[in-house]
Amino acid sequence: MNNPTIRNWLGFSTLALMLVSLFMVFDYVPPDAEMGIAQLIFYFHVPLAWVAFASFGLVAIAGIFYLWLGDQLWDDLGYAAAETGMVFCTLVIVTGSIWAKPIWGTWWTWDSRLTMTFILWLMYGGYLMLRASADDTPQVARFGAVIGIVAAMDVPIVIVSVRMWRTIHPAVLVTKQGTHGLEDPRMVWTLLVSLTAFTLLWAWFLMLRFTQLRTRSRMAWLAGRIALATAVASDPK
Amino acid sequence: MGAHFGYLFAAYSIIFIVIFLYVMLIWRRQAALDAELRTLEARMAALTEHSAAGRPSEPRSGA
Repeated sequence: MNNPTIRNWLGFSTLALMLVSLFMVFDYVPPDAEMGIAQLIFYFHVPLAWVAFASFGLVAIAGIFYLWLGDQLWDDLGYAAAETGMVFCTLVIVTGSIWAKPIWGTWWTWDSRLTMTFILWLMYGGYLMLRASADDTPQVARFGAVIGIVAAMDVPIVIVSVRMWRTIHPAVLVTKQGTHGLEDPRMVWTLLVSLTAFTLLWAWFLMLRFTQLRTRSRMAWLAGRIALATAVASDPK
Repeated sequence: MGAHFGYLFAAYSIIFIVIFLYVMLIWRRQAALDAELRTLEARMAALTEHSAAGRPSEPRSGA
């Protein structure tokens, strides 16, 4: 993950695919017959949700490995994934709210999927507040790992909530009847390109943050060694 | 364009503004990390110098 060539390649590929997906959203794909132009928010809203959920899944996996192996690497990976996931989860809620206003006539409603997503956002907000307010000790890392694992259990609930409970949130990818809601192939292609663009963006962010956190962990270790060596060198005995 | 273009524009603008702000945050953190690294390097150099000064001088090659 420390390879600058891969990082740069990821950055440029993300930029290029973002431009392609923007072109497809605004010039290629037809708007939905019922929702009109506001439905075009869907092509970034769904990929944002995908990368947010993937991030939180990665936090849980990293948390399990940290609790099992106790290696700082897993804690750094979990922290990086939680932070990037939080950025994307915030955008999911904001874009969903903007989409809801013209379609449902309200910015927010306590619908099952919206509520569960908000709870997910709150739990990872708590995780990040813990990490930001406390020192980087193994105990804090263990607490973080446990919170990350417990919070990730909400992700499958968010996904199946549209089928489990009565909801006004549309089930677009797989409808309640089991079919997919994208009739036009151009809609499918636009969604696939956007999904790829956001997956690359997520990987790029994750790589940048993970590299920074790894460097910080190594520097903290080195600072401790230097402090110890300085104390030994200045001791007259 | 349709009546809801304002919502569409707002949604896409917010996405790119937040992405830009997060990139800026990562960039600033990297700058702070680089500064911290330079401080550590300076401390390490001072320590090496200090320990070298405490030792007897090494014989020069060819002398």
